[in-house]
Formats: sequence, structure tokens, C-alpha cells
Amino acid sequence: MTLRRSRTALFSLALVAGFSVAPHYQSDHWSTATAQAAEEKIGPKVTSFFLANGMQVVVIPDHRAPVVTHMVWYRAGSADEPPGKSGIAHYLEHLMFKGTKTTANGEFSSRVAAIGGQENAFTSTDYTGYFQRITPDVLAEMMALEADRMENLVLTDELIIPERDVVQEERNARTENNPGSLLREAMVAALYQNHPYGIPIIGWQHEVNSLNKDDAIAFYDKFYTPNNAILVVAGDVELDVVKDLAEKTYGKVARRAEPGKRMRPSEPPPRAARRVEMEDARVRTPSFQRLYLVPSYNTAEDGEAEAFEILGELLGGGSTSRLYKSLVIDQKIATSGGSWYQGGSLDDTIFGFYGAPGQDTTLADVEAAIDKEIAKLLASGVTEKEVERTKNRLIKQAVFSQDSQSTLARIYGGSLSLGATIEDIESWPKRIRAVTPEAVNAVARKYLKKKRSVTGYLSPEKKQG
Amino acid sequence: MNARANLQPVKWVLFALATMVLVQWNSSAHAVDIKQITSPGGIKALLVEDYTVPLIAVSYSFKGGSTQDMPGREGTAKLLTNTLDEGAGSIESQAFQIRLQDNGMTYKFSAGFDEFTGGIKTLRDDREDGFELLRLMLNEPRFDVDPVERMKASRLRGLQGQETNPQSLSSKAYREMIFAGHPYSRPTEGTIESMQAIGPSDLRNFVERIFARDNLVVGIVGAISEKESGEMLDKVFGGLPEKSKLKKVPEITIKTGEDKHVEFATPQTNIRIALPGIKRDDDEFFAGYLVNYVLGGGSFSSRLYDEVREKRGLAYGVYSYLGTYDHAGLVGAGSATRADRAKQTVDVILAQIARMAKDGPTAEELEKAKKYIKGSYAITNLDTSGKIASVLVAIQDADLGIDYIDRRAEYIESVTLEDAKRISAKLFGGKPSVITVGQTVK
Repeated sequence: MTLRRSRTALFSLALVAGFSVAPHYQSDHWSTATAQAAEEKIGPKVTSFFLANGMQVVVIPDHRAPVVTHMVWYRAGSADEPPGKSGIAHYLEHLMFKGTKTTANGEFSSRVAAIGGQENAFTSTDYTGYFQRITPDVLAEMMALEADRMENLVLTDELIIPERDVVQEERNARTENNPGSLLREAMVAALYQNHPYGIPIIGWQHEVNSLNKDDAIAFYDKFYTPNNAILVVAGDVELDVVKDLAEKTYGKVARRAEPGKRMRPSEPPPRAARRVEMEDARVRTPSFQRLYLVPSYNTAEDGEAEAFEILGELLGGGSTSRLYKSLVIDQKIATSGGSWYQGGSLDDTIFGFYGAPGQDTTLADVEAAIDKEIAKLLASGVTEKEVERTKNRLIKQAVFSQDSQSTLARIYGGSLSLGATIEDIESWPKRIRAVTPEAVNAVARKYLKKKRSVTGYLSPEKKQG
Repeated sequence: MNARANLQPVKWVLFALATMVLVQWNSSAHAVDIKQITSPGGIKALLVEDYTVPLIAVSYSFKGGSTQDMPGREGTAKLLTNTLDEGAGSIESQAFQIRLQDNGMTYKFSAGFDEFTGGIKTLRDDREDGFELLRLMLNEPRFDVDPVERMKASRLRGLQGQETNPQSLSSKAYREMIFAGHPYSRPTEGTIESMQAIGPSDLRNFVERIFARDNLVVGIVGAISEKESGEMLDKVFGGLPEKSKLKKVPEITIKTGEDKHVEFATPQTNIRIALPGIKRDDDEFFAGYLVNYVLGGGSFSSRLYDEVREKRGLAYGVYSYLGTYDHAGLVGAGSATRADRAKQTVDVILAQIARMAKDGPTAEELEKAKKYIKGSYAITNLDTSGKIASVLVAIQDADLGIDYIDRRAEYIESVTLEDAKRISAKLFGGKPSVITVGQTVK
């Protein structure tokens, strides 16, 4: 096992939005935005402290509207599951709504609904989170209920067996019904040769089928304990009030376990480029993907993750990016093309490329064109001007995140679950500003090597005869 | 549930926090202070003026969405949402994209059956440039052949993908059945054939007919005065023609009592159910809204949730909703489950609809629904400037009155159990249409 330094993990919303699995459909409002040079502006005073039992508490004031976002994050995700029990982190997330010693099945949800609140939960590879969006007057009640289900969950077969079918239907909707998701699952499994990130968050269908009450309780007893949890309260609340309520609710929960440092099986040095190809009758138009194994904010050397952030954006982050301009606009080889970096994960993560051929081009054309852009990047590097423009764009995009207290709560909760500190989160713009063209070139040359990659082709089924 | 998610990974936006501007919504947290304003040029808008955030959100809506697509050119309004930002005035596509990015404003366009809507958010300091870019997009879009063809290619790819997406297939069958013969039966996204046929002149023609002052509503929120708002309105919208040229769209009562199955080899069957509903201007709208919540409107708490998901584990998602369009009202319900349990799932949903028609909600259910519907409004709609701007537009679109937010709770409270039972019988008493897309179990 490799010891990894726990350091800065900027939390990109990617983890929550991209790879998480929620018990209910969620709709995203349009968001994000812009700003001016905002370094000099004052932000909301984010406060963090620890309860005696080791639970971290973060308070983010936002008094614009009489709304509070209350979240609890556990440092436990699908990559923490025992072998053969894939999907148990996510299944448990569903089961957390089934009641406790003193609260009936569905009662918590009914209390949320009683005031018009919203609630949900999500599971990623590295954490599991639960939240309610409510009015301030019921915060105390929500905290009491959430603290209760941290230690008093009661599961019966009668309640949990139908829920396992629900999870399988969730998998059907997300994955089985979607050839693109099936290919992605196979590609990620091929990318991670030893690390559990290769196992889908929702679990392999055949393993989910045999998950039971004991599996769920074992995972719960191992990870659901205040010293492994982070409370985030954002919105129309005062620090003193949260402090007092937290002591009275979560503060009363005993340390149930000592999960210790998370040590997952680690990746061997990648030696062989891998290719994954899938044909499916449901595919109408082919698509190309390439995934590279690269460091995350948590595992990277100083500044590497920030450099990847710039690289992903500059190379393939929208309609003015290198890849889009070259493949879609100039050469007309593809109808889409781009790249992305998912920096927020505890262990090594993914830098990805994608592209879709046009009517008269093939997957091989798209792959060759992307490879040519990568070769050009490695040979000639990026320009100062490109890097500056990308930095400005990233930082401008970042500023409007304050417009949504739920977004703020997710950023803080996610980042802290991945080992970051509040200072890490707050210094992100400064660290992005510090990225040089040389640093971007260096990460590209160090990591964008074929042997670190998996290439995926998704194609329509070949016609018989 | 984006069918295209596999094709094009979304580029996740990164958020930084050190750059945060202190945001305070004054003490007006419990009452949004809305002003009706008129620009010097005579353009009306609703304004919520507030300087605690140096940010301005502008939302607007033009009456006339995909129903205004010309025959054979279905998808025009949708394609417009991708092409308005591809160059305007003397600035060509790439240069325009760079200018938008450098300004940093966010903007969006969207097209539904009845409206073409949009919005921007800009920092106060960047507003002049932001408003100018919006003016250019709405008044002087270029529609150069190259970017238009590029956007068409991307849309065509999406349309091809829809041919094998169970949700898209079911949405198509649903629309064509319940809205048969009406413009609503046409695909908002267009068809492969219609999308191929659309050219720059069709886009231009749509803009000329629909982007006008007489079918426009605007909502403004944030760090902008009444006077500055007036100047913005004249600058951005003042150059548009006075009168739109809307094609008249007839009313339609949706067709029900028909069943349709689309055979398609995929593990999970998609289910949709429809009944005639009520429109937004119906006196019984809130009664209908409340009983729908009881049936299947609440995400964790509804009869459908309990019966389909909680008790039987038949599905991950199950829902019902009131579809309120300008020219039709409907009650929709749906779910998705594995093929061999599809029939059972349909039967459970139909049984709940029938039960709701027969008995309506209980007094306790109605009270819970009232509490939820009253409380959720602020929690869901009034916590960001962009959402408030959208509310200002919606209030005007539906002609709800400037005091709607304050009066909404009274409307909800005034619904009696008798009202709820009467509307339940009316909404759920008919014979539903049922559409399934999936594999037949042998």
C-alpha cells in the first residue's frame, strides 16, 4: 500500500454531481456564473470546529433567504466496501431512510415534507452524504433526527428487500438501459487494475442481488460514527445557535467505531495501454473516449492538480478550446470533442478525452485527431496567453458559486471529506493563479502516456449479412 | 437521466470560495419587494432591487415556442437556443464566444411548447458589456452557415440517439397519442428530417416573428436601480419590433382511453400515463395541485411512492404531475421498471388513480399537502437571484398579479376538503391513456 499525503483537495462539483448515486431523481437548476477580479472581496465567514466526540462542524452564513441547508457527510464511499459486497455503501444510503429505534420508517421524510423542505442523499466512491433544505425553525428537529440515525438505525428484511429491488431499478435506469454507461463502467474497470475505483458505485448487478441486512449493518457500524462525519450547516443561521444545537444532538452520539485512515489497494505502475470496445444494438451513433490515470488533488505533487485543472479546460473545456476548435470547427472530423479533469477524489483519478465522429468520419479518425492534438501539446506546449485566459475563466466561473447555499455546503462538505482543510478551499484561486505554462506542460508530458490509458469505442451493432 | 451523458462528459465547473462576495438579502428575507416598472421607451418589467449582492439577474420570455416552428421545420426554436450565441453584429462565432467567456456572464436560452425564454447573470461592474452582448444576441444574431451547420450536426446526433432511448421513445409515443393533430404533438427537438431542412433563413424568420415587444415579459433582480433597469430594457429590447407575428394555436383536450406499447429491447420498461387536466388559469388550479401532490407529486411522500416504491420495490422513480400548457392541461404519471414487472406497476398506478378519483385525499393528507405546497415555495424558488428573476417572469407569463407571492398561501388555504374531492373526481375519474416502451415478456 502506498501512503498518500493528505493534502489539498479542491472539491469540484464533479464528485457530487457526476459520480454520485442518489435515492431520488434530482433536478439541477442552472447555476454558476461569473465575477470580476474578486480576490479583494470579503467572503462569508466560514467557521469550523470539532465536537468532543470528533465530529467536525462547518457553518456557512447566508442570510438572504429564510432557508437552511443541513448536511452530514460520512468519510465512507464505495471504495471502502469489503470485497464481494459492491454497492453496499449506496444500498445503505437508501436504507438510512427506513427508521430507527424511535423513528418509524419514513417519519424523518415526512417531517421534512411537513414544512415544504427538500431532502436527498448521495453516494460517491469516497463519501456518502445526507441533506435537507428547510426553514430555520426546524433545524433543531432535523439535527436531532439526523443524529438519531447515525447510531440507532433499525433494519428489517420486510423493509429492506423491496429497497434492494429499488436499487436494481436505479441501476437499470442509470446503467443497464444505457450502452454509454455500460461502456464507461467497463473502461473504468479496465483503468483501475487493483484499486476499488474500478468497481461501480452502484455495485455490480450480481453482487447487489445478494446484499443483505448484515452487510448493511456491518458497513454502518464500521463507518457511521461522529468521528468519521462532517456536519455542514449553510444559510440563515447563527454560529452560536448551530454550536448549541450540535452539542445537544450530534454531541450526544458516542464514538461507535474508529475507522482510521483509509487505505485502499493501490495501483501498480501502469504498463499497458488498454482498449475496450463495445457494440450494442441500441447505439445509433458511435462515440470515442480515452481515460488516463492521473493524480487527484489529494495525491498530486504540489501544483499538479491545479495544472491539470487548467489543462482540461484549455484543451477541451468548451467551444473555444483547442480540441473543439481543431476537431469540430476547423477539420470537421467530429460533432463534439473535449477533455476533462476530475480532481476531487481521495486516490488517483481520471483525465479524460471524448469525441464523436460526424456522418462521414469514423472513430479511428476522431482518435487520430485527438492523438495529434495531444502530440502537438506534448511537443510545443501551451502558451502564456492561453493559460492566462483559462485562469481568468476558471476563477470568474467560481465566484458565483456563492449564489447558492447548497452549492457552498456541497463544496465544503465534499472537500473536507476528501481530506482538505478550509484554508485549502479558500486558497484555490490563488493556487490556480500561480500555475505557469511550464507546469501545465510538465503534467501533460508526465502523465499523458498511452500506457496510463484506456481507450473506448462505442459502436452500433454490425448488421448481419 | 440525460441520454447523452455518455457521449459528452459534462465539463464540471469548479468553484472557488476565497473569492466570495458577501451576500446578504437585506432584511427582506420574508417578503420579496417587487416593483412594476416601465422604461422610457415603454417596456414593462418587474424589478426586485437589492444592492447587497453586486450581481444582476435578468430573465425574459417571449410568448411562442416550438408551436411557432414552421411545418417541416420542427426544431427551429430549439436550434435557436444553440445559435444565438454563435456570432452577432459584426462579431463572428469564435470571437463572440471568446467575448462572452471573457466577460464571464452566464446566459441561457430555452424553448418549450409555448415560450422562448432566456436569462443572464452578470456582475454589476460588468453589466454594460453584459447587456450589450445580450442585445447583440437577441437583435443581431448572425446565423452564419458554418456555426449553424455545426450546431445542427450536434442536434442531429442527439436526435439519432433518441431513436433508441426508451424515455425519448415513450415521450414521442405519449405526445403523438395525447396531442394527436395539435402542434403539441410535434417534437420540440424536431426530427432528423426537419432538422436537416432548417437553414439560417428559418432561424432568422423565427426571430423576426417571435422576438417582439408585445409578447415579451422581463424580470430583473439585483444591484440595479429603476432608472438603470429602464435604460437596460430600452437598450436590450427596445430595438425589437413592436408586434410579434404569432400563429394562432388552437385549444386541445387531450385524448385518453387508449393504450399503446412500443416494443424495444432494453432491460427497463418506461411507463407513462395521461389524463385530461386543468390549465394554470383554472379557478381550481390549487385544488388540483394539492391532490396531485397527494397522489404522486411529493418525492418521498406520496401514495404512488408508498405503493410502487416503498411497499413493492417496483421502481426507483414514480411520479405524477399537472401539465399546464397555454392550450392544454393534463395529469401525467409515470415510472420505469423491469419488463416482467411492468404490468404490475401499471396496475398499481392505475389503482391509485382510481382510488384518488373515488375518495379524494383524506383531511389529513390535504393538510399535509397544504403545508408542503406553502412551505416549499420559498425554499425552492426564492433563494437565489436567478430563481427570483424566473419567478418574476412566471408571474407575468401566467398573469398572476404582482402580489402573487404574498397571496399564494391564501389561495392554498382556501381549498376545502370538498373542493379537493370534487377536483379529484374530475382529474382522476376518466379513463387514462397508458404508454409502455420495452420488451414484451413471453
